[in-house]
Amino acid sequence: MTRRTVGANRPVWTAVVILVALMVATPVLAVVLDGVGSIGEAVIPRGLPEMMLTTLALMLGVAAGTLLVGGGLAWLVTAYRFPLRNTLVWLLVMPLAVPAYILGFVFLSVFDVAGPVQSALRAVLGSEVWVPQVRSLPAAVLVMSLSLYPYVYLLVRAALIEQSADTYDAARTLGAGRGRTLRRVLLPLARPSLAAGLSLVMMETLTDFATVQYFNVQTLSVGIYLIWKGTFNFHAATQLAVLVLLFAVAVLASERALRGRARYHQRGGRGQSIQPEQLRGARGWAATTLCIAALAAGFLIPVLQLLAWAVQEAVENPGFLADPRFGEYLVNTLFVATVTALACVVLSVTVGHGMRMSGGRIVASAVQLTTFGYAVPGAVVGIGVLISFAAVDTALERAGVPGGTGLLVTGSVLGILYAYVIRFLAPAYQAVDASFAKIPPTVTFAALSLGAPPRRILARVHAPLARPGVAVALMLVAIDAVKELPIVLLLRPFGFTTASVWVYELARENFWEKASLPALVIVAAAVLPVFVLVRHAHRAETGRRASS
Amino acid sequence: MTTRTASVQRHPDADRVPAALQLEGVSKHYGRSPGVVALELTIAAGELVTLIGPSGCGKSTTLRLAAGLDRPDAGIIRVAGEVVADGRRFVDPERRRVGLVFQDHALFPHLTVARNVEFGLDRLTRSERRVRTGDVLDLVQLSHLANRYPHELSGGEQQRVALARALAPRPAVVLLDEPFSSLDESLRAQVRRDTVATLRETGTTGVLVTHDQTEALSVGSRVIVMRNGVIEQADVPEKVFEQPATRFVASFMGDADFLPARVHRALLTCEIGIVSTVPGWANSDVDVDVVLRPHEVSLRPDPDASARVSAVEYQGAFVLHHVRLASGRTLRSWQPHTVRHPVGTAVAVSVAAGTTPTLLLGDQAITSPPPNGSLKRNQPTPSS
Repeated sequence: MTRRTVGANRPVWTAVVILVALMVATPVLAVVLDGVGSIGEAVIPRGLPEMMLTTLALMLGVAAGTLLVGGGLAWLVTAYRFPLRNTLVWLLVMPLAVPAYILGFVFLSVFDVAGPVQSALRAVLGSEVWVPQVRSLPAAVLVMSLSLYPYVYLLVRAALIEQSADTYDAARTLGAGRGRTLRRVLLPLARPSLAAGLSLVMMETLTDFATVQYFNVQTLSVGIYLIWKGTFNFHAATQLAVLVLLFAVAVLASERALRGRARYHQRGGRGQSIQPEQLRGARGWAATTLCIAALAAGFLIPVLQLLAWAVQEAVENPGFLADPRFGEYLVNTLFVATVTALACVVLSVTVGHGMRMSGGRIVASAVQLTTFGYAVPGAVVGIGVLISFAAVDTALERAGVPGGTGLLVTGSVLGILYAYVIRFLAPAYQAVDASFAKIPPTVTFAALSLGAPPRRILARVHAPLARPGVAVALMLVAIDAVKELPIVLLLRPFGFTTASVWVYELARENFWEKASLPALVIVAAAVLPVFVLVRHAHRAETGRRASS
Repeated sequence: MTTRTASVQRHPDADRVPAALQLEGVSKHYGRSPGVVALELTIAAGELVTLIGPSGCGKSTTLRLAAGLDRPDAGIIRVAGEVVADGRRFVDPERRRVGLVFQDHALFPHLTVARNVEFGLDRLTRSERRVRTGDVLDLVQLSHLANRYPHELSGGEQQRVALARALAPRPAVVLLDEPFSSLDESLRAQVRRDTVATLRETGTTGVLVTHDQTEALSVGSRVIVMRNGVIEQADVPEKVFEQPATRFVASFMGDADFLPARVHRALLTCEIGIVSTVPGWANSDVDVDVVLRPHEVSLRPDPDASARVSAVEYQGAFVLHHVRLASGRTLRSWQPHTVRHPVGTAVAVSVAAGTTPTLLLGDQAITSPPPNGSLKRNQPTPSS
């Protein structure tokens, strides 16, 4: 009995799964329908071609940057041994905990006209000295690359470790040098992971419209935000959103193409991982320096700077800590994060259970659909939620309810929650599904044969057994929600501010010292999942070593 | 021509008590592969049958259909006389009185042994539940472990808990899917004996799926052999082994070699000489295949014989001899463990006295002469 689901149809559970899928898909469908339907009606915003070019340049730039930093570091720590390597292997993931919109303003504070670097240059070389424009596309690329490179680093490193040393040794014994082996054997084998890492990075870049605004970079996502906040012009915003969606589809398509038909999984082989080569003397310390430089730029310096500001602020202006707004915004953040996490987990467990109870192709596709929100840029989800709510309002008004539900006006916190659930259901489901996969199907079948109806199985068997996945899912989603900025910026009702929005607003006004404390709170929250991720990966790796 | 059909034997009580499980013309396809095809099967109340066949033969599909985990494409399924699946109706697994015991035991890891057993008793009052749980745990002699968790038990104990849990709600039939194959060889025989004893003691109707021929023959009061989604033979163990209905059953249930043979005037002859007489075939003249099992083949060293020992395998109680005949065909013969003819020995091969070997026409066993095999139409068949 190897089939994992109960093949006998369960219409109720099929319907539940399809309903969740529809809920996730509706806003995106709304964007596409509205955007395509209104072609020619809306005024195409000026500067659209430039926006598209800027978006493309930013995405390619960040992809190249993360490939260089993330891919390079992954190769360095896998193929060589050098001082502090074993610690740096894990620390190099830490920049994940500093969102780009925080790294961005720290970067500006250091390198902009008023910052210490330019001041020092002026003091030494005179006030006429030429410096590159800091608020520019290349600077945005640099900041986003430093913040996002761990995605590529993690995936490429995992791919390199999975390749058995046999492949590598075979290439070496066939007379290929280390460099040629890398180019001809290891890189092609790591290509699927590389493609996955780069597509993740490009998606994140596409979604962002806060960081880039520090640098005066006008991407399509920025365009959506400005049009929506400036003119409340639905159609113009949705048409831009469709363009963003096309960019996202292009990224996913090129990931598929890059991955090709390749399924280079060498899993399970008795192969040992590549044996790293010792780098001695100065070369070893040079490798250590490179790693520490990336870590410093992406994590240590920004966190130290934030701490310095926070201390300074606390000393100079102790009343700041007692600012009631601080508490209020934190409560808002926690509220949104908690409700989102709970909703995502409840939906994930329901979908996982529905999948068990009612297998079949339709249900499986519906489950796929529930997780695609993660690949949809935040601006698209945001606009989609807005027009879906507007449609509900209009329908209700037509049906004779005066003012409809007022959803669009008053329900925007609901909108934020809805958009969050769409965006974060995928990581939650993956975590919960991993737990479900560990429940043998026979346990479900046994429970059924003992007369337990599906609801009782959910409560007494599936939910308790999925608890580890539920815990991981709760944490992942809650922290993603704490960090999230674009969706709140787009959807927040007047007067509703979260910690991330506050950081962004203060930073835009150059109140860096004041932004430091909420920024530190966000970084502290974000360190948690990075820590768990590292421990998990570490355990998997040592387990692998022990078994080989 | 009369073949031994795969028809179902009727239990003596079949007319008074409804069959515990009945499948009528049940078919189920998975994509292109046939799961089961027009299955006819009746399990009488109190029977313990074994279901055996190679992987993919449809035995697991049969279990899934009976349990309600899959919906049949066609046919009728009844549990204790009640229709649970036909073209219109489908009773969900939780409403069928069908118990399941799995190879991996499928205990709920987060519940104690007692809670596992109580899981299926939620319709009883608390005190009734406690009494019933105590009773079935006594039955499998595990009362002292009631408060343990599954991971604290040995494999054999887990298997007994799984059985107790399945028996607790008094199902009409218990389906056991290779329940012993996850156990150590040393433990398996004991657990198997205990399980069968428990099932018989409680008069439980059971269907035990296995891929182990010895298990199928020793446990079942009836053995059902399946292949490619159809039943090849369903009969008492002795008949399945001694009078296999098809060539497949002969080779699957124990070792068997096949030799071309001829029945002429009630005398069965083949390459090794006269095998036996076939009463009732006095007027026959027909080419058949004869089924010979290793314990039916005798060997005697004979320098003039044309057959040679080609391989010898020591198997403990027996020594299995492979013998190559003049035609190039091989036969196998079990010799007592003291007898060992070296490879290359010339041996005379005969069939042990008293053997009534099975005859095959094509792939089907025959017990009476085929209509076109009589002496009156004495021409050789076109194919020979």
